[in-house]
Amino acid sequence: MLARSSTSGIAPMTDPAPAFLALDGLSKRYADHVAVDALTLGVAQGEFISLLGPSGCGKTTTLQMIAGFTEPSGGAIRLEGRDLVAVKPARRGLGIVFQSYALFPHMTAAENVAFGLEMQRVPKAERARRVTDALALVGLSALAERYPRRMSGGQQQRVALARALVIQPRILLLDEPLSNLDAKLREEMQIELRQIQRRIGTTTILVTHDQHEAMALSDRIVVMNAGKVEQIGRPQDVYERPATPFVASFLGKTNVFEALVERGADGAAAVLGTVRCPCPPHLAGAGHVLLTVRPEKIAFADEGLACRIVSRVFQGTYWLFIGETPAGVATIVCQNDGAAQPGEGESVHLTWRADDAALRPLSGAGA
Amino acid sequence: MSALADTAPRRAGMPGWLAPALMLLPAMLLVVGVVLVPLALTALLSFHSFSSSTGISAGYALENWAEIAGDPYYAEMFLRTFRIAGVVTLACCLIGAPEAYIIHRMRAPWKGIFLVVTLGPLLISVVARTLGWALLFGGRNGVVNKALMDLGILSQPIPFMFTEGGVMVALTHVMVPFMVLSVWAVLQRLDPRAENAAASLGASQFTVLTRIVLPQVMPGILSGAIIVFALSASAFATPAIIGGRRLKVAATLAYDEFLNTLNWPLGAAVALLLLVAIAAIVIGCNALVERHYSKVFQ
Repeated sequence: MLARSSTSGIAPMTDPAPAFLALDGLSKRYADHVAVDALTLGVAQGEFISLLGPSGCGKTTTLQMIAGFTEPSGGAIRLEGRDLVAVKPARRGLGIVFQSYALFPHMTAAENVAFGLEMQRVPKAERARRVTDALALVGLSALAERYPRRMSGGQQQRVALARALVIQPRILLLDEPLSNLDAKLREEMQIELRQIQRRIGTTTILVTHDQHEAMALSDRIVVMNAGKVEQIGRPQDVYERPATPFVASFLGKTNVFEALVERGADGAAAVLGTVRCPCPPHLAGAGHVLLTVRPEKIAFADEGLACRIVSRVFQGTYWLFIGETPAGVATIVCQNDGAAQPGEGESVHLTWRADDAALRPLSGAGA
Repeated sequence: MSALADTAPRRAGMPGWLAPALMLLPAMLLVVGVVLVPLALTALLSFHSFSSSTGISAGYALENWAEIAGDPYYAEMFLRTFRIAGVVTLACCLIGAPEAYIIHRMRAPWKGIFLVVTLGPLLISVVARTLGWALLFGGRNGVVNKALMDLGILSQPIPFMFTEGGVMVALTHVMVPFMVLSVWAVLQRLDPRAENAAASLGASQFTVLTRIVLPQVMPGILSGAIIVFALSASAFATPAIIGGRRLKVAATLAYDEFLNTLNWPLGAAVALLLLVAIAAIVIGCNALVERHYSKVFQ
């Protein structure tokens, strides 16, 4: 995964006051279902935003509406305060990279990239210079005269990116651009994509179902489910402090234990074995709560929640354990740091820091 | 023999080439018996001479070929045949290609319905379809001509029967489905998102059609054109019904030499020349197309 140095300079969490791109109550209803339900989102200039969710969550429909290929049923799209909905796709000035790349098969890489500039009636000399620059940016200078069919998936993907960027779009829209690449190439392209975006500073919206991709690339993630926004936030925030059970389960694996609420001298706490997590006041009255904790936040200890290891799987950089506890099945991930790990059938105790656990009521979806 | 064939189970004592040869035999016999032998006989026949009193002579001569080469009548016949085929091919490109694209862009129920409507005529005999045109425009009694004249719009029937124009119109009607089919096959492979991509890059709908869709569909149009040209140049039923005796093309000419004049050798020469000419044009065009597109579409 990509190391992120800093997110300073980009407004966190709440919507920045004058959004560069504003989606306001954007909806798309079909006869039998609602694809996107009143989506409101502000995107700052230069920001990298991911729309993340399972298939059918409305993320692609949202992108299609921004691009102009799908007409919204309601709501507004404003770019720098100007309404976009009435503007034809050809006049929106957006760069789009499609999942299938959608290159023009009858044109060479250079001709593909030059097409947008031709449409803008850029003079020939400048056009040639900008095409050369764009192909150099994606590292394809050597393949300028090659036809798409004679290129690998990764190379086609780069041509598509160069074609979208060369017109200096106000916004770059990426529709699952890396999902057709194999795992290793995908990781390389993620890093490269992020570097290119940083260098040229184009506001970017990425649609993906891949949580790793979203977390590696984005300044902020919009987690969507069934047409609705579940959470908007920085990748760490969305991962560490999921706002809803859906977000918690969609981003990474998570453990859900049923815990007893006990009142002690230090106030109410959810108790599992000897692990105590302080209860917020609104849950203090409940008899039981649900406690969620990430597998990598759990450590083996001498005391804590009793657990019997059922299976142990070696994954290279880490070990994956499945264990049985009185509170339910536990998934534990341990870094492969060379230390001895418990074997299958062994009895151990699990512990975690109270900060790493989230509590929510037994029934009801929200927290 | 290849390594693959060597690993295949083989009966003892049976040479490796025998099994494939035996399996090819029935089809080979059919092709040789039904296509190659008659073709060779026709070719031989064209070198015999003919007189109306003694019939076909036993000796060989270049008499028929000399007649075809020397008499401008035959040049006119062949010129007319290929003029009709060329115009019909052009008309099919102009009608069939847009038709296929429009149907391709239709929504679910209509797409299927209009495709059936377009291709449905292929299920009806060419003779029946051509007779339809004759019923509509056949002289003073043709339905359309009669109606227009009764209404006082026309004083003379539209010249359709026994005209080149009439043959071209009727042949175009017969051939359009082949062009639609050929273009349709290519359209199925098109990525519709390429059109969206072009639009997002600032292309107008017209530019998308001319710069993105048309170049990609071109191989389909060209292969459709080759099919339509070959079928039109060798068409018999439609020119026979619309053109009749008065307006002959190469195919009806050969037919008449065989069955009316009974000059089989001359008919054979005409038929053979038509075959060679069409084959040369089709193979030549195909080679051009292949060379042009091989680097793009492979």
